[in-house]
Amino acid sequence: MNYFTQIFALAIAAIFVQNFVLMKFLGLCPYIGVSKKLDSALGMGMAVIFVMTMASVFTWLIQTYLLIPFRLEYLQTIAFILTIASLVQLVEMIIQKTAPALYKSLGVFLPLITTNCAVLGVAILNVQSEYNFIGAILNGLFAGVGFTLVLVMMAGVRERLDKAEVPPAMKGMPIAMIIAGGMALAFLGFAGLKF
Amino acid sequence: MLREFTKGFIKENPVFVMALGLCPTLAVTSSVVNAIGMGLAATFVLVFSNIIISLIKDFIPTKIRIPAYIVVIASFVTIVDMVMHAYLPAIHKSLGLFIPLIVVNCIILGRAEAFASKNNVLKSILDGFGMGFGFTFALVVIGGIREVLGAGQFLGMNVMWTSYKPMLVAILAPGAFIVMGLLMGLMNLKKKK
Repeated sequence: MNYFTQIFALAIAAIFVQNFVLMKFLGLCPYIGVSKKLDSALGMGMAVIFVMTMASVFTWLIQTYLLIPFRLEYLQTIAFILTIASLVQLVEMIIQKTAPALYKSLGVFLPLITTNCAVLGVAILNVQSEYNFIGAILNGLFAGVGFTLVLVMMAGVRERLDKAEVPPAMKGMPIAMIIAGGMALAFLGFAGLKF
Repeated sequence: MLREFTKGFIKENPVFVMALGLCPTLAVTSSVVNAIGMGLAATFVLVFSNIIISLIKDFIPTKIRIPAYIVVIASFVTIVDMVMHAYLPAIHKSLGLFIPLIVVNCIILGRAEAFASKNNVLKSILDGFGMGFGFTFALVVIGGIREVLGAGQFLGMNVMWTSYKPMLVAILAPGAFIVMGLLMGLMNLKKKK
């Protein structure tokens, strides 16, 4: 298998077959919470792609060069969550200084990302699947893309849903859950897709 | 005093009413055993992090309180992770990724911020137990529905009639979303009355 095919297979797996939100149940809070408007969904998605890729880079480095050589693997959870929290803070400060326009559109979402379990999830999964450095970065990137894809799809559906007649008890969250179920059903169709 | 304990079950149920901790709720409820395992693990972390945080609340500067809470929570999650790995390897394996992810479960950080950082130790313990059991209760309800519909079993025992064909979809990912959506709708309906 040449290099390009490998990357392609990784992308398909992370975006569709093993979609973080619909198949692995990671990052549901923003998926339900920030999917009311299309542009905020897109903003959140971009912020998550960025942070997930960065988190994959740093947690891989910490795991390989700090935790394993010093036999500190049991500190993984603490080390990773602190890395992610400080990373998010750092990214927020850098964006605020260098790109105020971008900060305006992403700013409100950044603090929320620390408690997004998809970020910690991708970091731990990278370790468990024993990816190499490039693999870990790509996995983080594509998992973020998959998250953004379903988030934007959901926002599109929910914008139209505002004008639909929904039974009063099902308005808001309950109907969003049912729609997510429908989407997950559709994504089950990707299962077994292999290259 | 007792109210701090009972409020977690129905009135302020973290899952059904406040919609916190959705990821583990949907991910681990494909069977009742997993649901109980997850619920008790989260309860343990919740109670102990509530104790520690209510004890040290006066020493933490307000500006860095969230990272401080996260470190406390992460330590207890690590303990749970290692204990379950040693004594309950089967459940540890099927919960997998979601044990370390208890760290980012919004219920625990939410109780630390909203309750333990403002109340004394005894109240915080009761609150931790109440919320933890409320979470476990919600998980068991969802897990029960999914296991009965999807496998025709409850806690591994056959409960449906013999010609019952299990609806496989209920224990797959879509079933989790649909059952959760319907339960939330039911709660809303009850609240409206």
